Amino acid sequence: MNMELSRRAFLRTAGAGLAGTTLGAMGFGEVEQAMAAAIRPFKLANTTETRNTCTYCSVACGIIIYSKGDLRKGERADITHIEGDSDHPTNRGTLCPKGAALLDIVHAKTRLTRPMLRKAGAASFEPISWDEAFDKIARAMKDDRDANFVATNKDGVTVNRWTTTGFLAASATTNETAWCTYKVVRSTGMLVFDNQARV
Amino acid sequence: MTNAWTDIKNTDLVVIMGGNAAEAHPCGFKWVTEAKANRGAKLIVVDPRYTRSAAVSDYYAPIRQGSDIAFLLGVINYCIQNDKVQWDYVKAFTNAAYVVKDGFAYQDGLFTGYDEVKRDYNRSSWDYVIGEDGYAVVDETLQNPRCVWNLLKQHVSVYTPEMVNRICGTPKDKFLKICEMIAECSSPTRTMTSMYALGWTQHSKGAQNIRAMAMVQLILGNIGVRGGGMNALRGHSNIQGLTDLGLMSNLIPGYLTIPTEKEADFPTYMSTRGFKPLRPNQMSYWQNYRKFFVSFQKAMWGAAATPANDYAYQWLPKLDVPSYDVLRAFELMHQGKMNVYFCQGFNPLQAFPNKAKLAESLARLKLLVIMDPLETETARFWENHGIYNAADPAAIQTEVIQLPTTCFAEDEGSLVNSGRWLQWHWPAGSPPGEARTDSFILANIHLRLKELYRKEGGAFPDPILNLTWNYANPEEPTADELAKEMNGYVVSDVLDPNDPTKKVLEAGKQLATFGALRDDGSTAAGCWIFTGCYTEAGNMMARRDNSDPGDTGTYLKWSFAWPANRRILYNRASCDLDGKPWDPSRKLIEWDGTKWSGYDVPDIAPTAKPRDVGPFIMNPEGVSRLFTRGMMRDGPFPAHYEPFESPVVNVIAPKIKGNPVARVFKDDLAQFAETASPEFPYAATSYRLTEHFHYWTKNNHVNSVLQPEFFVEISEELAKEKGIANGGWSRVWSKRGSVLAKTVVTKRIRPLVCDGKTVHIVGIPIHWGFIGAARKGFGANVLTPYVGDANIETPEFKAFLVNIEASAGPASA
Repeated sequence: MNMELSRRAFLRTAGAGLAGTTLGAMGFGEVEQAMAAAIRPFKLANTTETRNTCTYCSVACGIIIYSKGDLRKGERADITHIEGDSDHPTNRGTLCPKGAALLDIVHAKTRLTRPMLRKAGAASFEPISWDEAFDKIARAMKDDRDANFVATNKDGVTVNRWTTTGFLAASATTNETAWCTYKVVRSTGMLVFDNQARV
Repeated sequence: MTNAWTDIKNTDLVVIMGGNAAEAHPCGFKWVTEAKANRGAKLIVVDPRYTRSAAVSDYYAPIRQGSDIAFLLGVINYCIQNDKVQWDYVKAFTNAAYVVKDGFAYQDGLFTGYDEVKRDYNRSSWDYVIGEDGYAVVDETLQNPRCVWNLLKQHVSVYTPEMVNRICGTPKDKFLKICEMIAECSSPTRTMTSMYALGWTQHSKGAQNIRAMAMVQLILGNIGVRGGGMNALRGHSNIQGLTDLGLMSNLIPGYLTIPTEKEADFPTYMSTRGFKPLRPNQMSYWQNYRKFFVSFQKAMWGAAATPANDYAYQWLPKLDVPSYDVLRAFELMHQGKMNVYFCQGFNPLQAFPNKAKLAESLARLKLLVIMDPLETETARFWENHGIYNAADPAAIQTEVIQLPTTCFAEDEGSLVNSGRWLQWHWPAGSPPGEARTDSFILANIHLRLKELYRKEGGAFPDPILNLTWNYANPEEPTADELAKEMNGYVVSDVLDPNDPTKKVLEAGKQLATFGALRDDGSTAAGCWIFTGCYTEAGNMMARRDNSDPGDTGTYLKWSFAWPANRRILYNRASCDLDGKPWDPSRKLIEWDGTKWSGYDVPDIAPTAKPRDVGPFIMNPEGVSRLFTRGMMRDGPFPAHYEPFESPVVNVIAPKIKGNPVARVFKDDLAQFAETASPEFPYAATSYRLTEHFHYWTKNNHVNSVLQPEFFVEISEELAKEKGIANGGWSRVWSKRGSVLAKTVVTKRIRPLVCDGKTVHIVGIPIHWGFIGAARKGFGANVLTPYVGDANIETPEFKAFLVNIEASAGPASA
């Protein structure tokens, strides 16, 4: 559904043609040709192709993720392969040493798989349910907010701010997640709010 | 970026300074290669290290880190002295002719109005003379000694090639060669692009580094044109989006600002945001601020934001300090003034300066909440990892909740790239274990907090109880629902004033453009600059038509670019005064006598006549600013300041340490090395490697194999002087901490001579920690100083002082 043009079909018809174009004369053309030659269509015939964007830098290279199973059909989907999207105007199918290894970050041994709690003074994490975690967080926020919310400053000006709880936002999340985050954080009056733009 | 990655192919000269695109942005850098091969473009690299960008450059010059402003003002001085100025552009499209108030001056490193105690300026004299007609006074002949051009000429005159050599250590002949190459781009038919990244931002005067180059680009007429621009390469995949959406203490989405406590009510808040034009006929687009603001408030609080309550103005918090940025957050934590802290996909224990202080601060929290797809050092700051993280868990009372989130491959939505394209992506895999989306987590926190306030009451619950939350599944808003809300929609019908039987806007419909936003509560939009991304025609961000008519590199049908799908900002300036392209072979848009049109969405009203309306429509002047009035804290012109930790005194202003208005907390001041300290004699800098991305890829097996362990880089000269072997261990320490590292002795780093003194450079990559697939190692932030840029608090990671000696390495190694 998100693949308006079959990538392999595109490569088959356009791969050779590219050699004579502006792009073909430079870095990208050879890569595409090499890729076109290297692709064995039957190998990935039973996978689902999904368009995505490399998670690392802001060049935002287009990628194609191959999965066994299809989320759109309500199936469980296991990611088996990731490669550059040849139709993408910026990266034209190429990836850097980080992008080329994306599969390993998806399946990293250090991926988190369940909510955990480290109690005060404890030497390790212990599992906690989502419900318990959410209740604990909401309770801590409410108690802190009720105790430290500043409704007016010393001059009597309404300031409605809360500065004893803070939120450091991600910068590889989507805009939609960011907007959701903004709403939830700002509606509490929180001011200690920042993101990764500086580092 | 003002332009886009794909536009770089249109340039004649690429200057990489304050970045290293070949290693940090390899696939974007390929467009530099395209320009070199197809247009004969040249590449200049100016960097303390001979990077891989430098390795494929046409010309390389070394520079001491933290001296970029002196170099760039030297370039401006060269252009002025040698009449290498695109005069038509400068006279018509910049404020060169504007006359500045008599009180304004610069002397001994300081501008008028400095208060040493407050470390701040009274900026009232940093402004134009306003005439009786209410407009800024201009002298188009540029004869008035108080016009911006003459003040600039005077200001940069000290930065001679000799002075640049004394400050930067750049050999005079190399500096002059680069000046000549840059100056050629003052021709209307030659353009230069500036590619920069954290090498410019991570300084106590980072914003002024970038301003200095922006001024060069304006003098050469390179802003708004194909192959030109100021191009921030940017870091994380959606850092542009997070900034656009205002996830910062002092921002509202779309670069609106959170009120300060001096703005007690809505009329007072709006009184400084009127943006009355400073010259006749100018668009001064921020005049629409109230429309953007009211529409934002409606997106937040819907029916509860009414004219009677000033659209819930008082529901926003008001600032008592300029910002609660991360550095202030950890300072407050360190003082025991914070109790709960959330880290969403963020590893501050590695990412911010002075790790020891960060760890102490985290230990003073009651609760730390981590939302992340991966293990992070921050989540385990309390765990003992020997020399890499010495901690006593029993003594640390902080509770930590660690929540597993999905990663990019399991999530749906849009990311904004460096070129402001909002690109939608689709989920491909099932999340591992119980991992959930960030939206699910935030929704649940909000719903439970709201429920507690509903049941128990408490401190000012109104903004929480009334937050718009009309999602089909309140526990997990979908990406489409959130995107539609950001884009904006019609709240209530708007009738045509000339024909009340016609609806101009119909309730419930998605808005097509921010031009339709209103300040009477009839429209809602979460982020006005994104309006147009999700319209009645569907999700524009999901568009994947890669056609490019005219081969311009604009790709108007691929995704959506903010604002208004415009690919090159200020593109009106790609044409001369009459609206014809400066360079017909690089046409972008054009005035046909009645309207503007072309390959890009015009950055001006379609029917705005060329000689009436200036191209910089956001500015009340209608032109760009070589002199930026009181808008930056540290000066209307950039000036050279040394880093807070510098191997040499400031040659221009010997009494001044660092940036005179940068915020420094008391305890941190005591942890800075003296200028030219014999104890810490070497100039250090930190950077990324092409195989790694910050602290994520050390979780990745492949990348950990490619670059398995922490190292530092030094010159052959310094290695010889200190008796350190290539591949051997060394100890590097600053006034804040000490690290052990393998040593790479390299020709890529050379000592510089600055004002007669030899300055050795120590290079420190940043990627290691005590978690992940790579070997345990130290973060560069064990060493770095806790001070930020004077305007936006970006930490000074790129220039600080250390000492180094040969070491036997870790006891266990």
